[in-house]
Amino acid sequence: MKAKGTVHKFGDNVDTDVIIPARYLNKSDEEWLASHCMEDIDSEFVNKVKAGDIMVARNNFGCGSSREHAPIAIKASGISCVIASTFARIFYRNAINIGLAILECDEAANEINGGDEVEVDFDTGVISDITTGKTYKAQPFPEFIQNIISNGGLMNNISK
Amino acid sequence: MSMTMTQKILASHAGLESVCAGQLIEAKLDLVLGNDVTSPVAINEMNKFGKTSVFDKTRIALVMDHFTPNKDIQSAMNCKQVREFAAKNDILHYYDVGNMGIEHALLPEKGIVTCGDCVIGADSHTCTYGALGAFSTGVGSTDMAAGMITGKAWFKVPSAIKVVLTGEKRKYVSGKDVILHLIGKIGVDGALYKSLEFCGDGVKNLSMDDRLCICNMAIECGAKNGIFPVDETTLEYVNGRSLREYKIYEADEDAEYDEVVEINLSELKSTVAFPHLPENTKTIDEVGEIKIDQVVIGSCTNGRMEDMRTAAEILKGKKVAKNVRAIIIPATQKIYLDCIKEGLTEIFVEAGCVVSTPTCGPCLGGHMGILAKGERAVSTSNRNFVGRMGHVESEIYLASPAVAAASAVTGYVSDPAKL
Repeated sequence: MKAKGTVHKFGDNVDTDVIIPARYLNKSDEEWLASHCMEDIDSEFVNKVKAGDIMVARNNFGCGSSREHAPIAIKASGISCVIASTFARIFYRNAINIGLAILECDEAANEINGGDEVEVDFDTGVISDITTGKTYKAQPFPEFIQNIISNGGLMNNISK
Repeated sequence: MSMTMTQKILASHAGLESVCAGQLIEAKLDLVLGNDVTSPVAINEMNKFGKTSVFDKTRIALVMDHFTPNKDIQSAMNCKQVREFAAKNDILHYYDVGNMGIEHALLPEKGIVTCGDCVIGADSHTCTYGALGAFSTGVGSTDMAAGMITGKAWFKVPSAIKVVLTGEKRKYVSGKDVILHLIGKIGVDGALYKSLEFCGDGVKNLSMDDRLCICNMAIECGAKNGIFPVDETTLEYVNGRSLREYKIYEADEDAEYDEVVEINLSELKSTVAFPHLPENTKTIDEVGEIKIDQVVIGSCTNGRMEDMRTAAEILKGKKVAKNVRAIIIPATQKIYLDCIKEGLTEIFVEAGCVVSTPTCGPCLGGHMGILAKGERAVSTSNRNFVGRMGHVESEIYLASPAVAAASAVTGYVSDPAKL
């Protein structure tokens, strides 16, 4: 499986309150959440993002609240993959559980710029920045996570 | 093989002799928690997969605390959905307006969580119960749904940071100052994926309310959980309260830690986290002149009885500064009632504060005290992210109840010792 798209770049400690502010948590449908995604950190994000685009951020992405609404909002906005130096642990779990692809790669997170065209190969963990011509290798998912993802998320996994 | 306290609890709940950091395990859960924001998403997931029943109706807690009493039609619909789910499944620990409290104050108070438990909650501050010597951690709604169905969850066994506490804290220094100091020292991702295991001679000088506050904010430095050893203070708290038999676990003396952090409680000063991260800490003497518009004393971090008593001691006979709104939120119905019985509510109202029914409300910018553009608040809650309490251009200063109460009186971020 591969993803290819334009990069939206963010910094350190992007928290779940800016990914989806609590004032929008009274509803949990995907379209609603997507329409307010990243609103408090980049109010133009929802107008710029296209299906397949890639989000790149630095350390501790998704810190804060356990709201699953955060990865749901990102996925529903069209983002195909989030690459970060590190993820906050609850966000990491939630992203896997709902089937949002995420990759930890410090070098890629530091060097890839906003607006770059990037391709990600999930089978190999190779991240290619088409704009700069550089490639990076992310840690592949451990087996148990691959199982959850290949079964289509945690609920599918336990429903088998 | 030697294990940390967290690892021992996880091994026992996974039915294993021992576990090591990095190992993947499936553990039995003593309790699965959800609130009015996260439970509807979990219930929808269950419905989507045709799962209609829960593993044990006595081991699920559903607490309607975030947007309650309901702030709008959508929140009312969410609570209605959870209420109907709880009724249909005969959930024992369902708490709604009238008997509810803020989940992480309510569950320990009612003895629903206890020493040695393994708990997941669809709320990031579920790590609070580590104060009782339990392993508890925040998860999302899908994990909650899976936990409600199976009574199990998968975990990657964490490594740990050992936090050695020594000495005795000074007057007006509280658990909040201990945890803000620690987060300032190691950063908001300083304990990412790890346990924070507290120990040392200083532990005996911390009350249960201090410990609950400290563990509550373990997530604010990225930790999977925070945990205290069980001692006389813990047992005094759980005895006569715990609804289930408890079990005491201890870290091995030769347990391995990634890092050791030492904190001498007697050297700590009141500490304030400046916008917009909990790691942006300054001691109260470094704060400078910060004019404020609002004070919030409450939340799962600092809405407990000791917090109320500290605030009342400072506010007694004084008035809230002109143009400052002071909002006091006892975290549970019991604390609310005890505030009335002890005369604290009268002190608050006489001082010009409002006293709210239990709710998470303003802490996450839900309701009951939203900030306008450019406004500043001193809050005893746990997060000061951009827009957390309202407008993206508002600011939150995190502090103890003592600092918050002193600031309410002066209208500036203030040292309670100098009032």
